[in-house]
Amino acid sequence: MHGRIRTWGPGALVLLPTVLLLGYFVYGLIAWTFNTSLTDRHTARRGGPVDYVGFENYANLFGEERFLNSLKNLGVLTVSFIVGTLIFGVIWALLLEKGVTGEGVFRSVFLFPMAISMIASGVVWGWLLNPSQGDDARGLNRLFSILQLNFLENPWWTAGSRWTTMMAIALPAVWQLSGYIMALFLAGFRGIPPELREAARVDGASEFKLYRHVLFPQLSPIALSALIILGHMSLKLFDLIYAITGPNQFRTEVPSIYMWNTLLRGDMAKAAAIAIVLLAVVAVLVIPYVAYTVRQESEE
Amino acid sequence: MRGGWSRTFAVVGAVGLLAVSACGNSDDNSSGDSAASKDVTVFTWWADGGEKAGLDGLVSVFGTECKDFKFVNSAVAGGAGSNAKQVLANDLAAGKPPATFQAHAGAELGDYIKAGQVDDVSGLYKEFGLDKAFPQSLIDNLTVDGKIYSIPANVHRANVVWANPAVLKKANIDGATAPANVDAWIADMDKLKAAGVKAPLAISKGFAQEMLVEAVLLAELGPDKFIGLWKGETDWAGSDVTAALDKYKKLLSYTNADREAIDWPDALQYVNKGQAGYTLMGDWVAAQQLADKIPDTAYTYWPAPGTAGNFQYLADSFTLPTNGQDPDGAKCWLKVTGSAEGQKAFNTKKGSIPARSDAVPADYPKYQQTAMADWKKDKIVPSCAHGAACTLGQNNDILSAISQFSGSQNVAQLQTAFANAMKTS
Repeated sequence: MHGRIRTWGPGALVLLPTVLLLGYFVYGLIAWTFNTSLTDRHTARRGGPVDYVGFENYANLFGEERFLNSLKNLGVLTVSFIVGTLIFGVIWALLLEKGVTGEGVFRSVFLFPMAISMIASGVVWGWLLNPSQGDDARGLNRLFSILQLNFLENPWWTAGSRWTTMMAIALPAVWQLSGYIMALFLAGFRGIPPELREAARVDGASEFKLYRHVLFPQLSPIALSALIILGHMSLKLFDLIYAITGPNQFRTEVPSIYMWNTLLRGDMAKAAAIAIVLLAVVAVLVIPYVAYTVRQESEE
Repeated sequence: MRGGWSRTFAVVGAVGLLAVSACGNSDDNSSGDSAASKDVTVFTWWADGGEKAGLDGLVSVFGTECKDFKFVNSAVAGGAGSNAKQVLANDLAAGKPPATFQAHAGAELGDYIKAGQVDDVSGLYKEFGLDKAFPQSLIDNLTVDGKIYSIPANVHRANVVWANPAVLKKANIDGATAPANVDAWIADMDKLKAAGVKAPLAISKGFAQEMLVEAVLLAELGPDKFIGLWKGETDWAGSDVTAALDKYKKLLSYTNADREAIDWPDALQYVNKGQAGYTLMGDWVAAQQLADKIPDTAYTYWPAPGTAGNFQYLADSFTLPTNGQDPDGAKCWLKVTGSAEGQKAFNTKKGSIPARSDAVPADYPKYQQTAMADWKKDKIVPSCAHGAACTLGQNNDILSAISQFSGSQNVAQLQTAFANAMKTS
């Protein structure tokens, strides 16, 4: 008996604080939030009578134009953000991978935006995305008009369809994260042994075929990680949108901002329900990925 | 073993929570020894500028009037009070209210009243003689079921249009007099457009657009039906509301394209620089113009067209929280807040006007003198954008609907959204 404790005891002791803290502050509080979302606690007041109403809060949410609007916005934002970031990240990685002079400089320039906090870049992008056009143009529109590219001037997120609106919001996020994706792919390219390229070239593969059939297939784990990282970042995006458009902008509202608005007005149960929906959306993305990596590791 | 585990979880959880709540309240944890109980913690969002100067003025009066007590500043800066309201909600929920806290007078207090977090102070109104010093229509506005829950420190006016007479002159419009109604205002804007002013009406995002809707509703419906809108006595679905919202839509067509991207000081700059003829904004603009050293001759102001004779008010006020730390100290603060001396010390610095009708206009700058004259004789109506007419939640829904309308221009949708917002609490 004592011998067994001696083998697993120290390990358990080391893990215990982590397990307790995570258990309480992450999983415990998720359970608490879920519990709140099933009640009729539509006030910030404590100690009042609280009844369980089942999934009524969820049913109300999915019957509400404002919430559905925020979900659609989130979908469009996530697609534009992931596609945009992957395109720029991969292009930059390809360019640098070819070996340019001053590669270190370019790498830093592309990576620097990631060092800026979203709230700070959001404030500046709010100014850059000024919707005025023509003689009053400011921000990026002004730049376009100086460069005689007036046809590019547009109202950004303040008018137009859901797609143009949310693509304008995705733009700063793409700017910020493309460098990170570039770094991921660049590391991936560098990790491929040069012999493989040489072998392909000796076999007479064109440069396009080399990338298409030899290099890119080996980068699929990296692409998957990039997709998951970008996806969950986009789903939780709050500060950037808040800084650019303010808290009560219907056109650009996503569930995280709607949750904040709901919490601020004291509707605890509804805010909790939005939080759980958001968690479920992120889980749909992350859980298969975790399962996939765990299986891969056990195979190895 | 099972029980042991759950007990361990509970202990760790409790310790964690204690640590967190200790962090949250480290600066106002002043209960305990008798010396500290004389502290009066005053919670505000007045952390800088004219607001801070006004608060300092109140504090100096408090220092002489309430020698037994010590003022403790518990201001939370940022977000026009939204940060502070979050902190306050936490403290109130945790059962640790400050001695007194700032809140917009009127319906916004409804959340605190329903939650049983503030006490009735109508007894103090009698004790301090405020029932005579404040205009009766203000007291009517503040009274909820025969009770009053806060004492206003100041009054601002929401329905004011600020104009650039030099711009208006281009279209031969006299900047000194207001158009008689919304239609006449629209006609003037057509003239301005014809004279080459592309966006005659400068407006900014969010609450500025809400204030414009309110001014149009007030002008078109008249004060009684307007007040009824917020009390559930006027039908939001009525055809008169539709007509008013149509005029609001028309007004929006004269505004700047970047209205969703700028704040009210930017809109004011459009007027000052001559790019726009008008902007509608509360009378804190007067203090801003003074601070920016804009000469008196460069701008004029009048009540929003069609709303002359109505004073759409908003007021900052102080409350008496239920189970507060030191009710006597809080009462002394409230006494100072309502007193003639306290209101003078506060308002001459903040750029607002006193809620008392017995103040001396000569003590105040030029704009405030005209506002004080109107405050005495006008009909007083509340403002939703600033919490006098609706709760935080209702205001949140209305702001969302207005930002949606700015893009969609769908009047029917806006009208339904207003009605739905006012059905919530």
